[in-house]
Amino acid sequence: MAEVTETVEKQVKQREPLFSKKNRKLITDPLDDSNPITVQVLGICSALAITVKLYPALVMSLSVIFVMGAGNVIISLLRNLIPNRIRIIVQLVVVASLVILVDQVLKAFVYDISKELSVFVGLIITNCIIMGRFEAFALANGPWKSFLDGMGNAFGYAWILIAVAFFRELLGSGTLFGYPVLEKIGVYSVGYENNGLMLLPPMALITVGIIIWVQRARNTKLIEEN
Amino acid sequence: MQDLINIFVKSIFVENMIFAYFLGMCSYLAVSKTVKTGVGLGAAVIFVMGITIPINYLLENYVLREGALSWLGSNFASVDLSFLSFIMFIAVIASMVQLVEMIVEKFAPALYGALGIFLPLIAVNCSILGGSLFMQERNYSTITEASVYGIGSGVGWFLAIVAIAAIREKIRYSNVPAPLRGLGITFIVTGLMGIAFMAFMGIKL
Repeated sequence: MAEVTETVEKQVKQREPLFSKKNRKLITDPLDDSNPITVQVLGICSALAITVKLYPALVMSLSVIFVMGAGNVIISLLRNLIPNRIRIIVQLVVVASLVILVDQVLKAFVYDISKELSVFVGLIITNCIIMGRFEAFALANGPWKSFLDGMGNAFGYAWILIAVAFFRELLGSGTLFGYPVLEKIGVYSVGYENNGLMLLPPMALITVGIIIWVQRARNTKLIEEN
Repeated sequence: MQDLINIFVKSIFVENMIFAYFLGMCSYLAVSKTVKTGVGLGAAVIFVMGITIPINYLLENYVLREGALSWLGSNFASVDLSFLSFIMFIAVIASMVQLVEMIVEKFAPALYGALGIFLPLIAVNCSILGGSLFMQERNYSTITEASVYGIGSGVGWFLAIVAIAAIREKIRYSNVPAPLRGLGITFIVTGLMGIAFMAFMGIKL
């Protein structure tokens, strides 16, 4: 009797459920094993310069999550219509239109942040993660899978961005989201000083370097053979 | 003239695309394993930047900016197309890269052999679009200034990639901790080079 129900279940499963194991892997893999920033080395261009404070980093992450998810679905829906020779231009046009949308929304609702991000919103267009996922995934897979893949990669990008911004803001200016955490704890009264070096651009690179170090020390299969 | 030299020096050292803004990091990290490929990509970037930034400058000032269309007649004086600038700039860059690739292939096969595989990569190199967007933000007053800025940024990028490629060639023989090998140490070395480049801050001719 038990066997019968099992076979029935198997037949049902042949229509892949929305969150099958394979689909879940699409989301979880880019968070660690194939993280876009620390493993695939994509999308670093716009990632580092806006990590001085948490708030702009969060806004940037949300923008990339939106562009990535929507773009992957659009490209995936169009995948059979795009001639192979001009696919780069088509991809650029899709990303550029989505980024214009994001830029206009940011300008309308959070003008200060939009000024702070300056050219880096525009640079989402040339963010290699997005083009890379279009090329490697969305052109060959259905919309739902592409959406999951886009989300996974965008979240993988976002958590690195937010981790870097967290350390830079905490150590560099002693605040989190502008809230003076260190002052409330009272470490200044025992002689602690903010490390101004963390606010300078080179420290973003070194912070990411250290994140890579920690990640690969934990996950030894990612270590490179020189 | 002094203005131009100033812009040139500033765009190479003080506002270096890599060390100050992290633009074009993807190809910078991917193609810097040997000095030879580094030089190839760097030269291609100088080339493309020197061409696209002046073109985008003209586009910005005669088509996109508020009031830029007034040469068409007074009806157009209040048209503001600046929201289109991303899509126009990237279209110019993508098509210029294609055009440059074809021209180089036709007239300088030797150069094409050297740059060939790098040229298509450049369309998605953030430093090119970044250069155009910075040009737009900073409002350079003449096309000469914009071109000098473009070439200077390209030279700065060239310098950075050649330097890191040389360091990576040497570092291969050192005993780097295993989890840092490859990518990790490259990030940290770039960070240290960035700190060194900060010494140029405030230089003015």
